[in-house]
Amino acid sequence: MKQYLMSVYHPEDRELSKADMDASGADVDALNVEIRKAGAWVFAGGLHPSSTATTLRVKDGEVLTTDGPFAEGKEHIGGFWVIKVPNLDEALRWGARATQACRVPIEVRPFHDEAED
Amino acid sequence: MPRTDRGSAVPRRSRRLNAADVEQVFREEYGRAVAVLVRRFGDIDVAEEAVQDAFVEALRRWPDSGIPPSPAGWIITTARNRAVDRLRREASRADRHAQAALLHAAAEPRDEGAVKDERLRLIFTCCHPALAPAAQVALTLRLLGGLTTTEIARAFLVPEVTMAQRIVRAKGKIRDAGIPYRVPAEEDLQARVRAVLAVIYLVFNEGYTASSGESLIREDLATEAIRLGRIVAELMPREPEATGLLALMLLIHARRQARVGADGNLVLLADQDRSLWDRALVAEGQELVRRCLTINRPGPYQLQAAIQAVHSDADRAQETDWWQILQLYNQLMVVAPSPVVELNRAVALAEVEGPDAALGLVDMLNLEGYYLYHSIRADLLRRRGRDAEAALAYERALALTDNRAEREFLGRRLREVRR
Repeated sequence: MKQYLMSVYHPEDRELSKADMDASGADVDALNVEIRKAGAWVFAGGLHPSSTATTLRVKDGEVLTTDGPFAEGKEHIGGFWVIKVPNLDEALRWGARATQACRVPIEVRPFHDEAED
Repeated sequence: MPRTDRGSAVPRRSRRLNAADVEQVFREEYGRAVAVLVRRFGDIDVAEEAVQDAFVEALRRWPDSGIPPSPAGWIITTARNRAVDRLRREASRADRHAQAALLHAAAEPRDEGAVKDERLRLIFTCCHPALAPAAQVALTLRLLGGLTTTEIARAFLVPEVTMAQRIVRAKGKIRDAGIPYRVPAEEDLQARVRAVLAVIYLVFNEGYTASSGESLIREDLATEAIRLGRIVAELMPREPEATGLLALMLLIHARRQARVGADGNLVLLADQDRSLWDRALVAEGQELVRRCLTINRPGPYQLQAAIQAVHSDADRAQETDWWQILQLYNQLMVVAPSPVVELNRAVALAEVEGPDAALGLVDMLNLEGYYLYHSIRADLLRRRGRDAEAALAYERALALTDNRAEREFLGRRLREVRR
């Protein structure tokens, strides 16, 4: 089994309508039930907007703290899943369901293999 | 399936061998051997290295021993033993990668008897939609065609470093992202087959009408595409589109001698010396068209092949059955509608109903950036005697192609309408 990160990319400048948000929320709940039932579930979570982010980096040996996201971009990660499936085909199948449920693009990336694999 | 190219012209035993004989076996069997070893070890680099080692060994041994009765079997067995030896050495040095490949091999069922053909799995891996189209093409040519990175780079006019990076990156993604080696599940199969056929046709088209450069036809690429097309059609006998694509490529390739004049210029279908057509390829292509159409699941490649088959039926251009071609384009517009198909349909319509009807159709199309659109429109205008408009259209076409032969043809036509 391999683990994959499915990141949900939210455009900063686009807000879903209340009705779309509710419909999307219901679709995501239903998808979560399915992922668990299929035994592919590892972890998932939704994030507050990028305005709530704090970025840390080392500069001249000191840890520097700044308000805001690492990269000012047009989209930020709004949430993610970690799933456990046999191969990329299965991961992309869940990714396809996820982009339909979330109404925004999903990026699928493999984790490094774990030692016990 | 009748085989008119290559086939099994491999000399057996007794005769002294040279490097060219081994080269021929390499071309025929490289992809088959790599596919079997990828299945066994779950790793493309391990497979490629082992198969290359085995061919080096063959080059050393076969000149004395003669080619073994089953060259593919010999290569695969030798490569497998080499790989296991090497992996054991590396695994004993705690190389996790080698250990994983050995574990994978131990888990695979033993295949002592007849060697199974695993090329279909490998081609689906190479043409996986998670890989960029350029990477799909490069990997397919490299792993199934046995072309070197240098050859692929030269064929696509890309610097060798760029091509090498493209291949390394694609192999890395297959390994790290876990792209599986398998024929896709039934619900994905149709879409995935389309992707495989698209890669093969892209290779063929790049070989047939090089989009830039001196030579109109890069025959090595066209031949390679046909070889890949044969493999896929043989391995998927129930997929009529695979047969359709093979037929389409054969029928077009049959005209290669007639398509370029003595001066290196492009010769249009209507003006070609049809006695130069390769009759054996035409016959094979037409037979394949008949065979796939009886399955009665028409698709874009089958219909395009059928159109070419009708052209191939006419001994002289004037005898072309344009009515039948128009019907086939009508069908093609139903299964795979596109402005380019509509443009070609207009060419057939011009022959059946005259250039006015065709111009009406062409003027509704939005294909401003496509040189053939302007070239075809120019020709229709010329036939109606609208020379000034035709000249403008030829000029637009000229501005949109870099191929020398196509440019010379368009330039000639432009001078004619300006007279």
